[in-house]
Amino acid sequence: MEKIPIQVTVNGQSHQAEVEPRMLLVHFLREELGLTGTKIGCDTSQCGACVVMMNGATVKSCTCLAVQADGADIGTIEGLANGNDLHPIQEAFWDNHGLQCGYCTAGMIMTAVEMLERNPHPSADEVRAGLEGNICRCTGYQNIVKSILAAAEKIGG
Amino acid sequence: MYAPEFEYHRAATVAEAIQLLSSNEDAKLIAGGHSLLPLLKLRLARPSVLVDIGRISELKGITISDGTVRIGALTTHWEIASSHDLEHACGIMAEAAGGIGDTQVRNRGTIGGNVVHADPASDWPTVLTALGAKFNIQGAGGSTRTVEPGDFFVGPLTTTMGEQEVLTSIEAPTLGHHQRAEYAKMAHPASGFAVVGAAVVVTVEGDVCTAARIAVGGLVPVPVRMTSVETALVGKALNQENIAEAASHASNDLQGEILGDFFASAEYRKAMAEVEIRHALFHATEVSHH
Repeated sequence: MEKIPIQVTVNGQSHQAEVEPRMLLVHFLREELGLTGTKIGCDTSQCGACVVMMNGATVKSCTCLAVQADGADIGTIEGLANGNDLHPIQEAFWDNHGLQCGYCTAGMIMTAVEMLERNPHPSADEVRAGLEGNICRCTGYQNIVKSILAAAEKIGG
Repeated sequence: MYAPEFEYHRAATVAEAIQLLSSNEDAKLIAGGHSLLPLLKLRLARPSVLVDIGRISELKGITISDGTVRIGALTTHWEIASSHDLEHACGIMAEAAGGIGDTQVRNRGTIGGNVVHADPASDWPTVLTALGAKFNIQGAGGSTRTVEPGDFFVGPLTTTMGEQEVLTSIEAPTLGHHQRAEYAKMAHPASGFAVVGAAVVVTVEGDVCTAARIAVGGLVPVPVRMTSVETALVGKALNQENIAEAASHASNDLQGEILGDFFASAEYRKAMAEVEIRHALFHATEVSHH
């Protein structure tokens, strides 16, 4: 099948590539760009392990074609930290033990980034509701919620 | 999972999309992709060509004027759920949109894509049926037509859309001062899809119901109007007894096929239809039921 040229900015860096039309955004990020922080879990847009930022809104990158992301500004977990300085949400997950096996963590954190942009001071219930698209199969939700609440406090002051 | 191979074209206008549909046999439109991509992965759809309409700006946005809400087919569930204007003009739409899928699904999924996908378990078909919405469709040669939900949905994943047509917008009446509307659903705990969903739009003058439009979905192949319930409600005071009595007529309107699966049998869903209609009416009218 004829490949399609795309240009995608990922974590501030522009990439040109030719991709098969059926290539998923998550495969482009992981296999073409080597950004394996984004995970593939259910591959059916249920679990949220593949959540990335696309033009300022979170998307499940297993349910988006790379060609649909042509021209887009993508943010992944790799782009959050500033050198050795963790993003406040990453730091809050570290401080509050917001992960067990860690597989869902990148998606959880990307979802939390958008959640706190849209609602800087969420209640615990709002955090839980906001995580409806992210599944932690270790069932470690208590500390994930705690982490996001701590991050909100840190960012919002 | 990779989708089967397909050719990819991007349309800049509706006319170009229709031209691409006309010149490619077996072509399909893709917008947000949240209905189509899962189908492709499962090989339940195998189009040879995808026409991407996701960037056509004329298909985006919400306008409210002269008693009509007009929502472009490409408007996302998130845009609908977070529209303050829509919350005031037709709150049931914002509310229903906010209950679809999850944040990421709402960020990408579009109302038009949802409607043309015609999944019996999705929320829009039921809500739009109760609202008496209109679907604006464009076809070859610039032709346009307008279809009501009852003439649009045929069965699961099947509509009366032609192969060379594009759904451009959805219109619904704004709700008046005396109107109350509510959507209540029993959501599947894993997927959030409607096992049973009930949408009600009632006109209340004094405390008497003077008009009602009620539809249920989730348990039926296409949304069903609950005309027996509507008739039982009109002319009555909206109190707990009258709402419960009217809702008990639901089974009269559910004489056709009822869907069932290992999660919820047809018999159970039928019983729950009455419950969800009651819930929607209680919430719409703020009649206490506890």
